[in-house]
Amino acid sequence: MMATVSEQQRKRLHPHKFSLWVAMASILMMFAGFTSAYIVKRNDSNWLQFSLPPVFSFSTAVILASSLTMYLAGRSFKARNMVRYRILITVTAVLGVLFVVLQTMGFKYLQEHGVKLIGSGSNPSGSFLGVITGVHMLHVIGGVIVLIVMFIRAFNRRSKNYSLVPIEVASTYWHFVDAIWIYLFIFFNIVSG
Amino acid sequence: MSNEQILHTGASAILAHDTDHGEHAGHHHHETFITKYIFSQDHKMIAKQFLITGMIWAVIGGLMSVLFRIQLAYPDTSFPFLETLLGNKWAKGGHISADAYYALVTTHGTVMVFFVLTAGLSGTFSNFLIPLQVGARDMASPFMNMLSYWFFFISGVIMMSSLFVENGPFSGGWTAYPPLSALGSASPGSKTGMDLWLISMALFVVSQLLGGLNYIATILNMRTKGMSMTRLPLTIWAFFFTAVLGVLSFPVLLSGFILLIFDRNFGTSFYLSDIFVNGVGALPNEGGSAILYQHLFWFLGHPEVYIIILPGMGMVSEILSTNSRKPIFGYMAMVGSLFAIAVLAFLVWAHHMFVSGMNPFLGSFFVLLTLLIAVPSAIKVFNWLTTLWRGNIRFTPAMLYSIGFVSMFISGGLTGIWLGNSALDIHLHDTYFIIAHFHLVMGVAGIFGMYAGIYHWFPKMFGRYMNNTLAYIHFWVTLTGAYLIFWPMHYEGLAGMPRRYYDYTNWESFKMFAGLNLFITIVAIIVFAVQLLFLFNFFYSIFKGRKVTSQNPWGSTTLEWTTPIHPGHGNWIGEIPEVYRWPYDYGKDGKDFIAQTTPIGAEETVTH
Repeated sequence: MMATVSEQQRKRLHPHKFSLWVAMASILMMFAGFTSAYIVKRNDSNWLQFSLPPVFSFSTAVILASSLTMYLAGRSFKARNMVRYRILITVTAVLGVLFVVLQTMGFKYLQEHGVKLIGSGSNPSGSFLGVITGVHMLHVIGGVIVLIVMFIRAFNRRSKNYSLVPIEVASTYWHFVDAIWIYLFIFFNIVSG
Repeated sequence: MSNEQILHTGASAILAHDTDHGEHAGHHHHETFITKYIFSQDHKMIAKQFLITGMIWAVIGGLMSVLFRIQLAYPDTSFPFLETLLGNKWAKGGHISADAYYALVTTHGTVMVFFVLTAGLSGTFSNFLIPLQVGARDMASPFMNMLSYWFFFISGVIMMSSLFVENGPFSGGWTAYPPLSALGSASPGSKTGMDLWLISMALFVVSQLLGGLNYIATILNMRTKGMSMTRLPLTIWAFFFTAVLGVLSFPVLLSGFILLIFDRNFGTSFYLSDIFVNGVGALPNEGGSAILYQHLFWFLGHPEVYIIILPGMGMVSEILSTNSRKPIFGYMAMVGSLFAIAVLAFLVWAHHMFVSGMNPFLGSFFVLLTLLIAVPSAIKVFNWLTTLWRGNIRFTPAMLYSIGFVSMFISGGLTGIWLGNSALDIHLHDTYFIIAHFHLVMGVAGIFGMYAGIYHWFPKMFGRYMNNTLAYIHFWVTLTGAYLIFWPMHYEGLAGMPRRYYDYTNWESFKMFAGLNLFITIVAIIVFAVQLLFLFNFFYSIFKGRKVTSQNPWGSTTLEWTTPIHPGHGNWIGEIPEVYRWPYDYGKDGKDFIAQTTPIGAEETVTH
């Protein structure tokens, strides 16, 4: 009986993982809303054209690297290599923070080069970039917070939990946020250019 | 081993405890007053919290409509009690001021659409019925479910507080179009009131997303053994599509709100352009487009009307079948039409914007897609009527409300075909014709679905019945009243009487409607009073109603009636029952009904 039940279980997705997929669809709709608003607005007159700050390429590289470390962290966890796992999720979280810092530097660069993101005299094209990447940064920060929680949990000696679900949920979310940025990066490069 | 246990015990624990999973099912943790009634994670308690909060908002929203109807009926008479109620700033000398009128209209719309018909309706019944009818002990994530309610609660507190700020609540219409919503200087309500409105609505979106996630995950992942998707009651299918619509459309509204917040507070120009404002001068903003907001808003706003009506459709299908003692006619057609409505919901938003200056060529596509919705709607109406046809009908209050729902849906739906035409819309937009249309098809029909659900599942919620006599009075007055209120508005709208106006007495062309407006107001007051009778019946019956003595008082086939009369957290004592058949085996092979938990017999004629 045991075998048949777990067989049946394996076919179904864990409810938390499933909820995450629905949540990702939801987040995706929000960015779809933003970017389609961007496209609609771009066709109006008075649209300021500017090129993306060069530092965005670095932040793209950073978030790609963080996806790799996240993936490796998941593998270490499966191999029960907890020391390596802790190091790798720390690296991932640090890369996440670095990504946010680099994005803010990109904002500063734009301000210095005469593209106001907010305030009077700002053009919707700059504001859109600020708001959309800003909302994306919030999602990255949310991921960093999740990683910190998992890091603390890994030190909790009272209950040893080897369930794969939390790490898989966190990892899927992290790759998703990464993918959203890749989408936005390509979108801004193609549509605004 | 169910998903349930994996969630609550963790994977490692399950390996060790696989043999004794039956005993875990009951009511095994200690509950205090706070964990049972306030920060409850039991889906049934959360449902009741949604319901009662929704009722409070319905009273507030309904009372607001009575107040502004008084202004429309008696534009020249003064009522001292209004000054007592609203204060001398908003109703000086017993006259509702224009600002107060607009604030009342706006808050009435916001509260009714979002707090009553979205949270109060789908929040209540999705929470209550999904785990009970799919055979789960609770939601996929009871904690997120609790958060969903508390986000809604805080959102309500903030909306409520906006009624008491110095400049009053937002007054630019429930759709919150810029520039009225984006400019603090546009009107008194556009100041703090609008800030609070936006915060409240943003929290509301979070609440809806948390709830919707849970509903979808529960329906797809936590069904009991044998409960295939095609054995789900139509209620669950309706809640499923409702949740999908919410999860995919509310984020777009949120993105629209985020841009609006930036325009209001950080000087961006998404929606604002260099318009000239009286007393302020030309704005420094450049290049914004107010139409952009309308696109983002209605991309949610149209699915939102289906979010309101789909739960009603699902519950009505269930109640009509149960009380006709007949299988629902065309189960798969019902599911298919729900699906078609859910898909079309995303493709028709621009029919709200026919006169916003959009390209008429583009408009013709939206006309076509809009009129296509008539097809699945007509399929549903046909199936409801054929379910009733030659049925052994029991006219319970829930059944009356379900039939009333179908009636309202037809009456209001037919005018939708008029309004979906962009050419007719040039004349009819922003008139009382619109008010009549959406109140009948969405407002009254939605509320009727809610009442049907309350009367039908009250015994399951509280283990008692509501009083039938009061319920019949409530039904007949509400049905007659709803038609008397909204039917005449069609004529006013056809004559061109615009909506949202404070006072029509200055227009020669609308003077003929003074008597009609007075009549509508009087009926509205009577109908409002009868709703208070319902509330009395509801709360009185919770404590003093006739007790339910049998597990399955309506002779229903679905799973919720296999639970104890007062189900604990976990719903079933012992194992969750297994399901062997679809939920509509009524009057089959000479039997009155066959529960879903009855295995298929060898001699049965048709099996689903």
